Amino acid sequence: MLETFEKAALNNGLVTAFAFVGLIVLLSVALSRYLTLGRVHGSAIAIVIGLGLAYWGGIHSGGHKGLADLSLFGGIGLMGGAMLRDFAIVATAFEVQAVEARKAGLIGVMALLLGIVLPFIVGASVAYLFGYSDAVSMTTIGAGAVTYIVGPVTGAAIGASSDVMALSIAAGLIKAIMVMVGTPVAARFLRLKTPRSAMVFGGLAGTVSGVSAGLAATDRKLVPYGALVATFHTGLGCLLGPSLLFFAVKAVMR
Amino acid sequence: MIIYGTALLAICHLLGIFLGDLLGQLMGVKTNVGGVGIAMLLLICARLYLQHKQWMPALTERGVEYWGAMYIPVVVAMAAQQDVVAALRGGPVAVLAALGAVLICACAISLINRMEKPEAIAAAEETLNLAKEAHHA
Repeated sequence: MLETFEKAALNNGLVTAFAFVGLIVLLSVALSRYLTLGRVHGSAIAIVIGLGLAYWGGIHSGGHKGLADLSLFGGIGLMGGAMLRDFAIVATAFEVQAVEARKAGLIGVMALLLGIVLPFIVGASVAYLFGYSDAVSMTTIGAGAVTYIVGPVTGAAIGASSDVMALSIAAGLIKAIMVMVGTPVAARFLRLKTPRSAMVFGGLAGTVSGVSAGLAATDRKLVPYGALVATFHTGLGCLLGPSLLFFAVKAVMR
Repeated sequence: MIIYGTALLAICHLLGIFLGDLLGQLMGVKTNVGGVGIAMLLLICARLYLQHKQWMPALTERGVEYWGAMYIPVVVAMAAQQDVVAALRGGPVAVLAALGAVLICACAISLINRMEKPEAIAAAEETLNLAKEAHHA
């Protein structure tokens, strides 16, 4: 009987994922209400559970896609993959107050540039301190601190070695996880209240996954404003990483 | 019909990704530049235009809103497929680079947001809350 049930779940991956994620959210909302008395947002708990399951899945399967590498949970890969994620993010734009978004346009662009340059400097400096003192490695690890996509794209363009690439992806992933988990905790310090503040956050914190999950766990209404800016972050980073930023590092290190 | 809303969303999504890819090619980078952002702008414009023309019945809106509401569950699924093991295996360089980047960005966000005028914050919060109430009514 159990085998028949398993077969049904395997053959209907996406549907299984809907049911499974629904259960995680149900559990998280209950934990939020009774364990933290509503102080920690249900979605924040759900995201942490998701990350925990990803760790567990990664250990068990030895793959790179967390829980989605276990065949029973293959549907999670489709549900949380880039296609449906972007589809849902675009849908949130439906609630954007166009006037508010336009008011913060310029500050959003400024935040976007700072959000690439600041992490890059930090990442490249840390790399230097740990003995990665050639321009290619410093640029690749610095770009990884921008996002985990900018890192490998930059590294591939300027010919970084694979261990440096792995480090830069790891830096970006850790950053995304920190933003996901830390945003609701730091929301008050960050003054995350208005569309403008969410756009500043989206530009500076970067990583679509980190920003979208962090804002979702803080205040659902702010998601579209942050995501609107954050989606330009990776593209701009991939543009600046192998060009301007690489040349700057080369000039400094000479 | 509810599918009109979902189809509108899908068309904006595809068009945005397409334009983002074109933009990336024009700039000579290997990735999509702001495709999702462009799609969001297209959807905002489409909504304003269709509402102005009164071509946007509630049922059509629901075809978009459903996917907007599915956003958090999708993000949970996304979290469940991150390469957490690899991230933790990166060692001190990766952790310190990430931590430093997060801390310095958090300070910059806090600083910029503290420059926003209190009256502007109050006004913006009010529009956000009004929008939400109108949505539920």
